[in-house]
Amino acid sequence: MKMRGARILLESLRCEGVKHIFGYPGGAVLHIYDELVKHAEDLGITHYLVRHEQASLFGAAGYAQATGKTGVALVTSGPGGTNAVTGIANAFMDSLPLVVFTGQVPTHLIGNDAFQEADLTGITRSCTKHNYLVKKVEDLAPTIKEAFHVASTGRPGPVLVDLPKDMTAQEIEFSYPETIEVRSYKPQVHGDPKAVRKAVSAMIRAERPVLYIGGGAHAAGAYEEVKQLAEKLNLPTTCTLMGLGAFPASHPLSLGMLGMHGGYWTNMAVNNCDLLISIGARFDDRVTGKISEFARGAKFIHVDIDASCIGKNVRCDYPVVGDAKTVGQQMLQELEEQLAAGEKIASKAAWHDQIAAWKKQHPFWWKEEGEVIKPQYVIEELHRITKGQAVVSADVGQHQMWTAQLYGFDTPKNWLNSGGLGAMGYGFPAAVGAAVARPNDLCVAVVGDGGFQMVLNELATVKQYNIPVKILLINNGFLGMVRQWQEQFYEHRYSHSNIEVQPDFVKLADSYGVAAFRATKMSEVSHTLEKALNTPGPVLIEMKVAREENVFPIVPAGAALKDMILQ
Amino acid sequence: MRHTISLLVENEYGMLTRVAGLFSARGYQIDTLNVAPTLEEGVSRMTITTHGNDHVIQQILQQSHKLIKVIEVTDMTASPHVEREMVMLTVNAHQGEQRQEVLSLVEIFRAKVVDVNPDSFILEMTGNAEKVNAFIELLKPIGITDIVRTGPVAMTRVAHVKAQRLKDEDEEFSELTLNEKV
Ligand SMILES: Cc1cc2nc3c(=O)[nH]c(=O)nc-3n(C[C@H](O)[C@H](O)[C@H](O)COP(=O)(O)OP(=O)(O)OC[C@H]3O[C@@H](n4cnc5c(N)ncnc54)[C@H](O)[C@@H]3O)c2cc1C
Ligand SMILES: Cc1ncc(C[n+]2csc(CCOP(=O)(O)OP(=O)(O)O)c2C)c(N)n1
Ligand SMILES: [Mg+2]
Repeated sequence: MKMRGARILLESLRCEGVKHIFGYPGGAVLHIYDELVKHAEDLGITHYLVRHEQASLFGAAGYAQATGKTGVALVTSGPGGTNAVTGIANAFMDSLPLVVFTGQVPTHLIGNDAFQEADLTGITRSCTKHNYLVKKVEDLAPTIKEAFHVASTGRPGPVLVDLPKDMTAQEIEFSYPETIEVRSYKPQVHGDPKAVRKAVSAMIRAERPVLYIGGGAHAAGAYEEVKQLAEKLNLPTTCTLMGLGAFPASHPLSLGMLGMHGGYWTNMAVNNCDLLISIGARFDDRVTGKISEFARGAKFIHVDIDASCIGKNVRCDYPVVGDAKTVGQQMLQELEEQLAAGEKIASKAAWHDQIAAWKKQHPFWWKEEGEVIKPQYVIEELHRITKGQAVVSADVGQHQMWTAQLYGFDTPKNWLNSGGLGAMGYGFPAAVGAAVARPNDLCVAVVGDGGFQMVLNELATVKQYNIPVKILLINNGFLGMVRQWQEQFYEHRYSHSNIEVQPDFVKLADSYGVAAFRATKMSEVSHTLEKALNTPGPVLIEMKVAREENVFPIVPAGAALKDMILQ
Repeated sequence: MRHTISLLVENEYGMLTRVAGLFSARGYQIDTLNVAPTLEEGVSRMTITTHGNDHVIQQILQQSHKLIKVIEVTDMTASPHVEREMVMLTVNAHQGEQRQEVLSLVEIFRAKVVDVNPDSFILEMTGNAEKVNAFIELLKPIGITDIVRTGPVAMTRVAHVKAQRLKDEDEEFSELTLNEKV
């Protein structure tokens, strides 16, 4: 059947199994929206109208983080596309699979400074995995096929497809390619067996090893492999901020998060290990601190699907390019073989004792101060009430770090946040994406008063579709993370970080028709949380917390891990 | 150290900006850049000369390879190869001794006069960077009024072992000019 480009787009999405898209209309995508209203239902696609394009990208990213599936966003040309850029850059930094469709001015006007024209492929070239401008309708279906393939394989990332308006009106016979062959793009999935053998042999011999798990373990779904490696080799295991949940926090071998706000015992273990086994992590500077001091006595094993990540920040003794799950299986197999051949796993009793002693010396701590609500307590209560099983999406700031430290993620894909770009405004819309993807799971957005005010317009979205996101607002009246740095590193000079001028959030939610609760005292926290979490539909819970609480430990920017400040 | 990197790329819309953008975004240097079609329709060859320590070069190779439409990346510097660039120069060539001097340099360097004017020539010369530089240096005192260089292109030598003995004609040449300079 002959169809116009706009319809071909939707049919292609159906072929890709897309069920949900997050978008915002405008002139250049009107043909597409016209087809949507006519055919979305038959195609099994639901479109969610957000209230700002950035939220369509964050929603799609949350969707991807909560499911591992490719998230889809649709925005118009010019300002629609430019509003989406932060969301695209976020997905790029955190390696999230997204396909972003943007409208473009008609082909004959491209380059003429036409109305609502922006060079979107140009603007997003450095923050997409790849992007396409589709000038001819016959290229549309194959391009969409390729876009989904590129976004979701190898190191995942956002792919943008720019759609000139006239192209979406051209008609052609629709057929969707079953397979796609991109000769210039062949991600390496299997690890080189020799490299795997050497790495495993080092793992068997190590006396003070640490297993360091990153977001790549989520991308690969390497949960079982990671767990088995840890258990068989008795490896203390830490996760990056992006890796949390890939290894259960409550597991006896878990060290929790490492890095700038990681545990004392975790960072000490990393700093003193003799072998650091990295799977799907990228040695970010928030993890390593001062690089020349990082794990100085250790050899490094680095498993990553992106060869350019290996050796980029730290030297690597045992590089293995490949998919974390596949390489994990190869490692387990190799381990069996080496053990069968008589190799003996080195004893680590002393090492585990040492780590336990560090943990006893300086566990996470916070001080109760009468009725002032401590934000850490709120997170602990959230954990208790939700039994650690909620999907938790954080914004960016102090509350994000407390959630990462204290929620204790035992389940994969239940932790959403913006790590690489650290984009304020992520938490709430990302939770919307997760709630759409997983309607049967409780989705909580833990947000700060700063970040929430960047995206609170999305209250209208959750109201419109009755999306049951529970917004847990940690209100300290400050851009808390900035204030903390100003307190610690700028002699208490609070330059433009005080945001106590703010709306009455309960009334605000109420005006959107969203149920709202507030607690101002420690003794109110538990029952307020319980009541709010048990209220159906979207809910806002405001916690008026201690204004000047700090996140500890903290490794000052550029300092070595061992120089972390504990209190 | 200076490296010559050869990229085989799909000649798609915006391909040059993808490569150039990668270099600028990640702070790598492009000293010269050359792009032209290959025998296969839709596939182009880019030759980039750059410099940096081993770590930087390694990153350049891997990051370039990561670009979705880059088919192949080769560090030519790592193996025996032949490199050539072309230069065109407008030089002073007034009647008499000066004209003779230019013509004799043209002969020594196996260059060509491609345009003749009453008091100037346009010269064309191909060679490796060293030879081109030597040619330019010798012409400078005579007076170069305009210059265009293509930047190098490079090709791997097919039979590595044999080729090692079969000297690149430019290598012989640089020995010659070096001797001359002394
Ligand atoms: C306020 C703030 C504070 C922060 N503090 C900390 C902190 O204390 N500790 C911390 O850890 N982070 C912290 N971060 C986050 C930090 O900036 C980085 O985002 C994070 O450390 C990166 O995590 P990662 O190494 O797991 O890499 P990711 O960004 O998750 O990258 C994934 C890696 O896995 C690879 N990969 C992808 N797919 C696969 C696959 N299938 N197989 C194998 N490999 C694959 C990728 O190539 C990449 O190298 C903070 C961020 C903010 C905003
Ligand atoms: C878009 C954006 N702008 C600025 C920053 C810098 N920044 C990081 S944390 C932070 C403060 C966040 O304040 P709030 O949302 O109230 O959270 P809190 O730290 O108080 O928990 C700021 C401004 C950022 N990460 N993102
Ligand atoms: Mg705040």
